[in-house]
Amino acid sequence: MNTSPKAPLLEVRDLVVNFYTRGGVVQASRGVSFQVDYGQTLGIVGESGSGKSVAVQAVMGLIFNPGRIEGGDIFFKGRSLLDPAGKKRVRQVRGKEIAMIFQDPMTSLNPVFTIGTQITEVLRHHLGMTKDQARKRAMDLLDMVDINAPEKRLKQYPHEMSGGMRQRVMIAMALACEPQLIIADEPTTALDVTIQAQILELLTDLQQRLNVSVILITHDLGVVAQLCHRVAVMYAGRVVEVGDADQVFAAPVHPYTRGLIRATPRLDMVTERMVSIDGVPPDLISPPKGCAFFPRCDQAGKACLRMQALIALGDDRHVSCWCAAKEVTR
Amino acid sequence: MTGQTLEGRSDLPLVDVRNLSVLFDAGRAGFWGRKRLTVHAVENVSLDIRPGETLGLVGESGSGKSTTGRAILGRVPVSKGHIYFQGKEITHAGKNRVRELSRDMQLVFQDPYASLNPRMKIIDIVAEPLRVHGMVKDTKAAAKEVARLLELVGLPPDAGARYPHAFSGGQRQRVGIARALALKPRFIVADEPVSALDVSIRAQVVNLMQDLQARFGLSYLFIAHDLAVVRHISHRIAIMYAGNIVELAERHLIYDSPVHPYTRALLSAVPVPDPPVQRARKRITCPGEPPNPLNPPSGCRFQSRCPYVTGTCREKAPDLTRRRPGQMAACWNC
Repeated sequence: MNTSPKAPLLEVRDLVVNFYTRGGVVQASRGVSFQVDYGQTLGIVGESGSGKSVAVQAVMGLIFNPGRIEGGDIFFKGRSLLDPAGKKRVRQVRGKEIAMIFQDPMTSLNPVFTIGTQITEVLRHHLGMTKDQARKRAMDLLDMVDINAPEKRLKQYPHEMSGGMRQRVMIAMALACEPQLIIADEPTTALDVTIQAQILELLTDLQQRLNVSVILITHDLGVVAQLCHRVAVMYAGRVVEVGDADQVFAAPVHPYTRGLIRATPRLDMVTERMVSIDGVPPDLISPPKGCAFFPRCDQAGKACLRMQALIALGDDRHVSCWCAAKEVTR
Repeated sequence: MTGQTLEGRSDLPLVDVRNLSVLFDAGRAGFWGRKRLTVHAVENVSLDIRPGETLGLVGESGSGKSTTGRAILGRVPVSKGHIYFQGKEITHAGKNRVRELSRDMQLVFQDPYASLNPRMKIIDIVAEPLRVHGMVKDTKAAAKEVARLLELVGLPPDAGARYPHAFSGGQRQRVGIARALALKPRFIVADEPVSALDVSIRAQVVNLMQDLQARFGLSYLFIAHDLAVVRHISHRIAIMYAGNIVELAERHLIYDSPVHPYTRALLSAVPVPDPPVQRARKRITCPGEPPNPLNPPSGCRFQSRCPYVTGTCREKAPDLTRRRPGQMAACWNC
């Protein structure tokens, strides 16, 4: 494969996705850009409706009617997934080189097939294994995600397993074809805290052991802090800040990022009053002209009424804010 | 097991729950259905809530925290134990009595999307309890009272004329709180009231609840699974596991010096949103999953996951006993 060594594993550039609903055109993704390097974990955080899931669904080729990708491009190993040749390639890449873990393992596993059937199907479809080969590999995979007695588990149906166990099966399926990129969309949101901790530990361990890249979508800043090298913060269909996770948490630049971090109550601190961000996120059918955070921002000025592109702050750090831009030029 | 009240406080509890058990019939199994299946949702739970206090009730799904809240409100039948409200027993209160009690005790639901009737205007939703209890004479009086309530929870005055779909999750939760406040209750069971809300909105609702508490001296049973929010809003916290309270203590004691192994595992499992701090934290591992409530183990229910398990734990369930002033735990080995 002719990949230039400089190209990141995945690059999403100015992605525009619109959904044509009866109520109007929902601008779910309004120019989203981010990239993931080899062996790196990127956290995408944002509240509901910020467009974080839509962005990765576009990567997986999972935008269906009434949704349409209407701008921008997605490059996997330097090659577009959206041009005519890329659209054919998506079918091979998806599930093989890019795997996905969904939030709810109950709905993403088929209830009428055994776990074994579902894992071996992936292996036989993508890797052309024989029944016996696939079965053996499936047992190895279950072992990899710390499921005991894999032989017995393969014969079970999803409903016979707990939520945590089902999520482990989902991870095993995602790993089946040795992907280079795993996209995990809120993988632990449906789980209890102690089970979440087990799954997060497993993901960290596998990421390091297999050196895969991971995109982790979550609304929980704690999960990002535990797992991610880099973080992209999304608001109203745009990335408002992206950079090294330690740096973004230590010194957030965008007022929304700052607000989000301050509004997240911490287990290791007591505060007299919780900090909230006044107001509500904008309606994406008719988003405001300039910065979407403008109505809720305490630093907003006239310049914010104009659209804002990402500004580089150096060190792989980008922010979409006029106030930050002012600080940099000063 | 009595003596549940913590020392140092003389005020009488508003709500006093003693050895509460709630069992649900779950049908039959076995040959010709000879085996009766029972879900042990709540077993031997004792707690008290004082006037103006928030008791946080924390636990994972299926731990019985919601069932406990609903049992106090008389919405699920109590199998064993006693519930007192303002010193009077209300354990097996009849229909009329429950209705009467609902003036003093209200519920705020988790899902602001499912708990408001989509075909009713906000004004009718909030006025309904007033009408049911005959607190308002006519529509005009109801409208006036609803306007007052909407203002109280920070909603615009024209909100009453609209339907729930016109509001965001946070605003709907405010409507739910306004409805709960309509009868001027003294005690509110808030069942995961902010779990469905986004971070930036969550703080608004938590702050509102705290303001209302300060203003009206409300008592809350705040049911949640988010330990960080609970730390913020609660005066005391009870940790539930598989139908039992494993630890009950003043807020700072739970977080600074937790006693029960489950409490410690739970606290260490919550990631802190600060990468260097989170990397430095040690996690107390807690392998496995909670026991099946249809067939809980004899003895301590945490035994299968506990690193300190001994023979005693497998034989006999530990009672909640005092560890230090303001802190109780149910454990043989800590």
